[in-house]
Amino acid sequence: MFKPSIHLLNKDIREKNFKNILSLVTFFLFLPALGIIFWLFIKGYPALSWDFLTQDPINGMTAGGIFPTIIGTFWLVIISVLVSCPMGVLAALYLSEYAKDGKLTRIIRLAILNLAGVPSIVHALFGLGAFVLFMNMGTSILAASFTLAVMNLPVIITSTLESLKAVPHSYREASWNVGASRLQTIRYIVLPNSYPGILTGVVFAVGRSAGETAAILFTGVAFYLPFLPSTVFDQCMALSMHLFTISTQVVGVPEAYPFATALVLILLILSVNSIAVGLRTYFRVKRKW
Amino acid sequence: MRSAFYLIFILMSCSRQSDVLIIQNKGSDTLVNLAQAWAEEYKNVKPKVAIAVSGGGSGTGIAALINGTVDIANSSRAMKEEEREEALKNNGKTVREFVVGMDALAVFVHPKNPLSGLSLEEIACIYGMGGECTHWNQIRGTVVPGCQGNKIIRVSRQSNSGTYQYFREAVLGKKRDLKLGSMDLNGSRESIDLVEKTPCAIGYSGMGYISKHVKAFCIQNTKDSECIPPTLKTAVDKSYPISRELYMYTSGEPSEEVKAYMEWTQSEEAQKITIKAGYVPAAKR
Amino acid sequence: MELKATETAVPKAMEWRHRKSTKPKSERIIEFIIKAGGLSSIVLIIAILIFILKESAPFLIKRFDFSEFFLSTEWNPASVVEIKYGILALLVGTLLVTIISMLIAVPLGLACAFYISEFCSPQLREVYKILIEFLAAIPSVVWGFIAIMMINPLIIHTFDVPIGLNILNASIILALMSLPLIVSVGEDALRAVPETYREAAEGMGATKWEVATRVLLPAAKNGLMAAALLGVGRALGETMAVLMATGHSIQIPESIFEPGRTLTATIAAELGESPKGGEHYQALFAIGLVLFVLSFIVNLSADYLIRGRKK
Repeated sequence: MFKPSIHLLNKDIREKNFKNILSLVTFFLFLPALGIIFWLFIKGYPALSWDFLTQDPINGMTAGGIFPTIIGTFWLVIISVLVSCPMGVLAALYLSEYAKDGKLTRIIRLAILNLAGVPSIVHALFGLGAFVLFMNMGTSILAASFTLAVMNLPVIITSTLESLKAVPHSYREASWNVGASRLQTIRYIVLPNSYPGILTGVVFAVGRSAGETAAILFTGVAFYLPFLPSTVFDQCMALSMHLFTISTQVVGVPEAYPFATALVLILLILSVNSIAVGLRTYFRVKRKW
Repeated sequence: MRSAFYLIFILMSCSRQSDVLIIQNKGSDTLVNLAQAWAEEYKNVKPKVAIAVSGGGSGTGIAALINGTVDIANSSRAMKEEEREEALKNNGKTVREFVVGMDALAVFVHPKNPLSGLSLEEIACIYGMGGECTHWNQIRGTVVPGCQGNKIIRVSRQSNSGTYQYFREAVLGKKRDLKLGSMDLNGSRESIDLVEKTPCAIGYSGMGYISKHVKAFCIQNTKDSECIPPTLKTAVDKSYPISRELYMYTSGEPSEEVKAYMEWTQSEEAQKITIKAGYVPAAKR
Repeated sequence: MELKATETAVPKAMEWRHRKSTKPKSERIIEFIIKAGGLSSIVLIIAILIFILKESAPFLIKRFDFSEFFLSTEWNPASVVEIKYGILALLVGTLLVTIISMLIAVPLGLACAFYISEFCSPQLREVYKILIEFLAAIPSVVWGFIAIMMINPLIIHTFDVPIGLNILNASIILALMSLPLIVSVGEDALRAVPETYREAAEGMGATKWEVATRVLLPAAKNGLMAAALLGVGRALGETMAVLMATGHSIQIPESIFEPGRTLTATIAAELGESPKGGEHYQALFAIGLVLFVLSFIVNLSADYLIRGRKK
């Protein structure tokens, strides 16, 4: 009868091994991700409480909670998104609706790519030079948020561009054919159909700025503030910076505190990201094309 | 989109509650913990005054005072003559100096280290540029259990911190540098945490930061002199060789609220916090 | 001749005027804003360059000495004997952690990308994609914290070395941090290979292994290389995590178990305490310039590779 030759059999085994090895590698790569969260949770859980979230740090930041840092992070994230979102959407609209395939478009694309690749500490230098000093904002929430906005701009442009491109071209053509202008088409056809994608991108950007430390280090975050910021010209505390401070500088912080702070930061970012993933899935199901 | 712009507008225009006065306090990272602890307590003393504390180093604080952007500058070194002149030129006011406390730098090692003290000369041999001590056995033939290769791991601070500069001056004088290649950590906590876990390591930090998991050395001025441990008492009477004064500076005669705060920092209540935060209270003069 | 030229020119000009006038003014303004927005990224990248140049200019003009800056290992801006601004040790630190992290992350990441794009069931792929996003979302300061609290003792115990904050630690952290990027870009590159290639190869009796190595790898070569390069860019620019993980020591490490220091970490650690406008402050901006140029080169090469693939 027909028997597989040794050669073929070897091939078969190798094939199986290949797949198994790859799946093992992948599995073990993602194990640390879960492991880390689990570990942070175990170590930080004892310190985590409602009071921890809602109280000011006291006794030289060795006790109490992290409330002002959470508020500060919210300020930074919200203002940075308010700045970067309109700018990013405009840039993406230009690229998808107006730009022709030419030199300028090519340069814009390269600029976006490089902006995304600039190290965060260089963004911080820029923020310090441009916003804090040149525009005279001082170290303030505004300066830090602007720095974050510049960092997030490429993220928002890219994700917006993707969702704009996903709107079928036939939609636009149909709109043009009934006499709508380019702008009307954008306003009534393109944007409404790509809102979900834009929103998802923005939410991801929120998650990213919430964790950023280097960019806000010199532009708007204080070591400690006895009051909550009330205008954008105040400084603020931030969750990420607070983790850095209490894990490297403040002596006498209970062991569980930095863990709990890290856990809060991660959970905050994860919940924001889950919202984004949820939105994406929801709209993908609802999508009309 | 429109609502977003409104929101920005509202955020921008909403002004601070006018009844809270903010005192800007900036400078030395050595002092920042103490300043922070005071600021926190002062909230209870005078709820209408808020003190915004930020670090950045003695140089930054003094620079900010010269530029007139802070009310109080913290410094772990005395202001230089040219800085005082510059401040006078810029603001038309002479700078006022307050000694708010003292700080003794403790040199510490892992508890397994059998040594209990070092002379300044030996510290210089370990840390100083050109110093030849790279292994523990070069110092009184010490063998540190659990230390691979008996190598000395030098833990230091970033080179522009006041702590680094004071340590250098106290150990090496004004004309010698620290050896490069030490681990220049960002904060006292990191230094102590690291030494706590590393049998080979030696580090230094403000006395108040020392935990029970590390061993603080007593220090000999010369090889044969008495070995003096870092304590409140030895720091106040200045017999401990690595101790210094900590300063706060204001521009000219401070305003009423700033003055009240500065007076409060000299009070018994504030000095208690000083001790609790790990510093040495200012010597009564 | 002249007449003819006017004849053709006039209707064109008319048409242009006509087109312009039908658009309401508000619409024109909005379109102008959109176009201006389109240029924002160019403006910003130039602004970044200008401001970093501006702040570092006095240093570059007055103090800068090429051989000292690039060839000296002595970074000693607070010296009382002789102030030196040599970034060689920092540059070596940056390159070492980048290279070693890529040695770990690129093979693993690409293997992962292969698995997810070629072998995974669609459901499992979704799970992994979410996990990748999740891994990518962990902020760098948390990675730094993990480096200190978790990897540090792990290295000490596993390798029996005196110190766990070293080049290896930073490389492991950087590898974990750049993995998500490498996996997702790599996977995109693999999935961009037309399905017909795979079918043709399998139709000829090739095994998956052969398809992977002989068909997919060459076809997606540029994209995979771009994935690796983007990983390099990420590792190069990372700040907080390496600041906390490397041990922050100015020396050229003799082994991966010795501490080192990177360009980014130096800025982060020292900028806060250097008075604005001072020489040290400007020198740190000069390091920023070096970083900017390095990341520019890496990103442009990655783009060149991706574009090459599309051609």
